[in-house]
Amino acid sequence: MPENCIYIARSSTIAARALAGEMMIMNSADSTFFTLNEVATAIFQAADGRTPLREIVRDRICEQFEVDPEQAQADAEQFVTELSGHGVLLVSNQPLAPEAR
Amino acid sequence: MMATAPKVACVEIGGIPIALSTCDDGFLDLLRCRYDGFLSASRPEFELEFDLTPTVPPSDDDVRVHREGDEWLLERGDFHARWNLRTGRGTVRQNANPYSLDSVLRILHSLIVAGRGGFLLHAASAICDGQAYLFSGISGAGKTTMTRLAPPDITLLTDEISYLRPNPDGYSAFGTPFAGELAKAGENCTAPVAALFFLEQGPENRVDELSPTEAVRRLMRNILFFAEDQVLVEKLLATACDFVARVPIRRLTFYPDARVWDLVRDFDPSFDRKFAPALDRNLDRDFARNLQEVPKRA
Repeated sequence: MPENCIYIARSSTIAARALAGEMMIMNSADSTFFTLNEVATAIFQAADGRTPLREIVRDRICEQFEVDPEQAQADAEQFVTELSGHGVLLVSNQPLAPEAR
Repeated sequence: MMATAPKVACVEIGGIPIALSTCDDGFLDLLRCRYDGFLSASRPEFELEFDLTPTVPPSDDDVRVHREGDEWLLERGDFHARWNLRTGRGTVRQNANPYSLDSVLRILHSLIVAGRGGFLLHAASAICDGQAYLFSGISGAGKTTMTRLAPPDITLLTDEISYLRPNPDGYSAFGTPFAGELAKAGENCTAPVAALFFLEQGPENRVDELSPTEAVRRLMRNILFFAEDQVLVEKLLATACDFVARVPIRRLTFYPDARVWDLVRDFDPSFDRKFAPALDRNLDRDFARNLQEVPKRA
């Protein structure tokens, strides 16, 4: 999948709560529980299904954290792949409609 | 041939009375004996009718709890139960094994109390000076050891499964009949929760702070919860966060002798928190931490 057209959306099967700057997520489908660090929380919160991942990394990560843009993009893609494998994020090369989540 | 009328025992755990009915006199005797301290004359809020099957050994299979319309289905190798959310009535097909009976009751209570902002926790609990202290941890962490070391003036609520419900000032712990290695039911009484300790055994007794997220992570790992249900999962996570905000939670490293209870008695929940907010703006590349699968032990 070309990296410049990755769209991500939060799954409807999860419960999420922010506490002390970190996001806690529980997936009701398989009872997995995650805590996300501050960076991952920024990506997760921006996962609206309409904003490309590259734009999220540029505006939410590189603007706020001291990080190499290419490294940040690679790390973000790895993170997205991991969470999508657990059904927490939905990933598509097209914008995701709300009903698809 | 006339069918035998079912006989009923009302068992009240966590302040929630449930009528258990069966046509089998032997099974009725078993549950009356097993839940002796928790038999109640209260008007039952819910009803479960037991239909006994030929002996099937207790199962180590994962339990599956899911909804079909108004009904909850509770399934494991040794039992199959249906419980209607709207009527509050349900049926259970199982053998006469008391461990299957315990599992069904624990799951049912976990569903009911989750909707009321409470939860069941893998934790020993005891009342000391009018307040309840909880001791949680993985199997072997020391839950039963803590109860064995307890001084004589301590009231044991359970050495295995604690029952927590919210109250206007925080949370209350209730005694349960669900016993662990101690093989002894807890006392049927309740007290406000003073603290929750996550146990670890070590060379000395000490109490350490836990960050709120670490406290929630450990709490979620030890809550009994089985339902594949988005609404209840949302509710449970909100409850866990509320509990962490309202109840002091610490790590208790202890050397297994009776002096650990001095530390519990002297526990001061007001000492300074040491959680400095993260000021380092460098990228922490460990994005998703502490992935854990919440175990489904019924």
